Amino acid sequence: MIAMSITPSFQPVMPKLKRYTMETLLARGVRLDGRRLDEIRNIEIVPGYVEKAEGSALVRLGHTVVLVGVKTDIVAPFPDTPNEGVLVVHAEFVPLASPTFEPGPPDENAIELARVIDRSLREIRAVALDKLVLEPGKHVWRVFVDIYVLNHDGNLFDASMLGSMAALLVTRLPTPVKTEEGYRVDRTKYTMMLPINHKVVSVTLAKISGKLLVDPTYEEEQVADTRLVVAVSDDGRIAGMQKTGMGSLDYKEVLTAVSIALNKAKTYLNKLEEVVVPYRAKLEEELSKQKKEAEETAPPPPVPRREHLEAETIEQPEVVEGAVAEEEEGKEPE
Amino acid sequence: MGGTGAEKPTLIRWEERGGERVAVRIDGRLPEQLRPIRIEVGVLGNADGSALVEYGATRVLAAVYGPREAVPRHVALPDRAIIRCRYHMAPFSTEERKTPAPTRREVELSKVIREALESVVLTEMYPRTSIDVYMEVLQSDGGTRTAAITAASLALADAGIAMRDLVAGVAVGKVDGILVLDINEVEDNYAEADMPVAMAPSLDKVLLLQLNGVLTHDEFIKALELARRGILEIYKLQKEALRKKYVEVETSTTG
Repeated sequence: MIAMSITPSFQPVMPKLKRYTMETLLARGVRLDGRRLDEIRNIEIVPGYVEKAEGSALVRLGHTVVLVGVKTDIVAPFPDTPNEGVLVVHAEFVPLASPTFEPGPPDENAIELARVIDRSLREIRAVALDKLVLEPGKHVWRVFVDIYVLNHDGNLFDASMLGSMAALLVTRLPTPVKTEEGYRVDRTKYTMMLPINHKVVSVTLAKISGKLLVDPTYEEEQVADTRLVVAVSDDGRIAGMQKTGMGSLDYKEVLTAVSIALNKAKTYLNKLEEVVVPYRAKLEEELSKQKKEAEETAPPPPVPRREHLEAETIEQPEVVEGAVAEEEEGKEPE
Repeated sequence: MGGTGAEKPTLIRWEERGGERVAVRIDGRLPEQLRPIRIEVGVLGNADGSALVEYGATRVLAAVYGPREAVPRHVALPDRAIIRCRYHMAPFSTEERKTPAPTRREVELSKVIREALESVVLTEMYPRTSIDVYMEVLQSDGGTRTAAITAASLALADAGIAMRDLVAGVAVGKVDGILVLDINEVEDNYAEADMPVAMAPSLDKVLLLQLNGVLTHDEFIKALELARRGILEIYKLQKEALRKKYVEVETSTTG
C-alpha cells in the first residue's frame, strides 16, 4: 500500500476548447450532453446478473458501468460486537474500465470509495446485522460487498452505491449446516433473504465554475473543482457525506448541495423500488414456495425415541432454517 | 459508533445552572465548548516548518519539508508543486496498539487532508517541486484528522510557503441526540454521528467535509454552523501561535 497521498501527476488531456465550451454552456444552465444541471443520466439496473453470487446487480449510469456481487460465509464475530454479523465493502477499479486504472492493489480512490459506501450502509444499519447471528459471540454471517467498476464515465460513487444497495436487496442467504467445529455453508439451497432495514443511495454533485451539477460525467469530473457525495436514506435522512477531490466549496454551496442531494435521491430510490424491490419479492416468493414443497414432499421427521437416540449412528446434519438458530420446538415423542 | 463491548457510559447529564437546565458532557464541557487547545509552532529542528497541536488529550505533530526537488522526477508537474501528504498514527497512540503499517483509514485520511490543503497552498508559485506534509498522531482522543489538518496548515505557514489562508478543522458530533462541538473519543464511540469539517476561515470555504453517521437535514445545517463557530475560535488561536513565534524571533534578534 502506498504510504502517502500524492497530487496525481497523470491527468488525461482535456482540450482547452472543450473546457471553454463546457463552461459557456454551464453559464446558460446546459451541459455538454444536453442535460439540465440537476438531471441524472439514464439508470439501468440488472438485478441477479451473476447467478453464482448470493446477490448481485449490474448498474449502468449513462456510460458508467458497475457490477456489484455479494458473497457470504460464516465466521466468528468481532469481539466488540458479538451479537452482530460482519459487513465488508471492497472496491476494485479493474484496469479494463479506464485508461487511468492500473492493475494492482486498490489505490486511494478505490479505498475511499469503498469506505464511504461502507460507512453509509453501516451507520444507518441498512443491513440488519443483528439478525445475522447463528450463535452469539461464536458464529455469525459475514457479508462481502464487492464493487467492480467496469466502465468509468464519471460518478463512480452513485453507481457503486446504487449497485451495492441493489445487490444487497436481492441477496439470499445460503443454508448453514452445523458441523462438529461450527458451521459450513451449503450453497445449493437458500434459506432466507438478507434482512434489510433501510435503502440508502448517494447523490454526487460536482462544482464547475461556481455551478453545482448532479451526476457528473468523467469529462465533467476532470474540469470540476471538487465534488460532494451525500448518502441519503429512504426515510430522507443524511446517512453519510464526503467531500472528494481538490478544491473547495463555499459554506453556502455546501448547504445548497445537500438540499439538492436530498431532493434528487428520490430518482435513485424510485429506480430501486421500480426494478429491484419487485425482484426481491419474486425471490422471496420462490423461497417460501420451496420451503412449502420441501415440507410437503419430505417424509415426516423421524420421531426420535429416547432409547434409540444413542444407538443411532447415521447422524443427519442439522439444518438450521434462517440465520437465527431457532430450536425446532415441539414434536415431542408421545 | 463501532460500539464497544463495555457498558455505555452516561455521556450527557442534565444540570441546573442559574435556573436553566443545561446539558453537560462526560468531560464536563457544554455542548458548544471546545476542549482546551494548545498550539506550538516551530517545534522541530530539521523540518522547514512544524507545529504541535493539542485538542484536549489529542496530540498531533506536523512537519513540512519543501518546496524541494520532486523525486522521482516523473512525478513533478511543470506548472505547479505537487503535495505529498501522510497522516499516520503512532502505534502507541491508541487504546490497543495500532499496527505501524498504513491502514485503509490512514490512506483515505491522507487523501482528504491533501485535497483540503491543495486549495490553500499557492502551488503554482513552486513549479516542479514537491511539498511534503507529514502528520503523526502521538495520542488519539478523537478528532485526530481535524487536529492534524490544523497542525499541517501551521507547519506550512511556518515553512514560509505561500498560502491563501490557514486551515482549521474540528469535528462535530451527535451524542444522545445532542449536537456537540469537538467530539472526544468516548463520545465518538457511542455517537450517532461524527462530522469532521475543515475550512479556510477567512475565505469561508469548506475544504474537508465528512459525515460518519446519520443526521436529519436540520441537524446537518446546525452541525455545520456549530463547526464553523468552532473553526473561527481555533483560527484565532492559530494566528496567535504564529505571531507568538515571530515575536520571540524579533525579541531575540533585537534584544
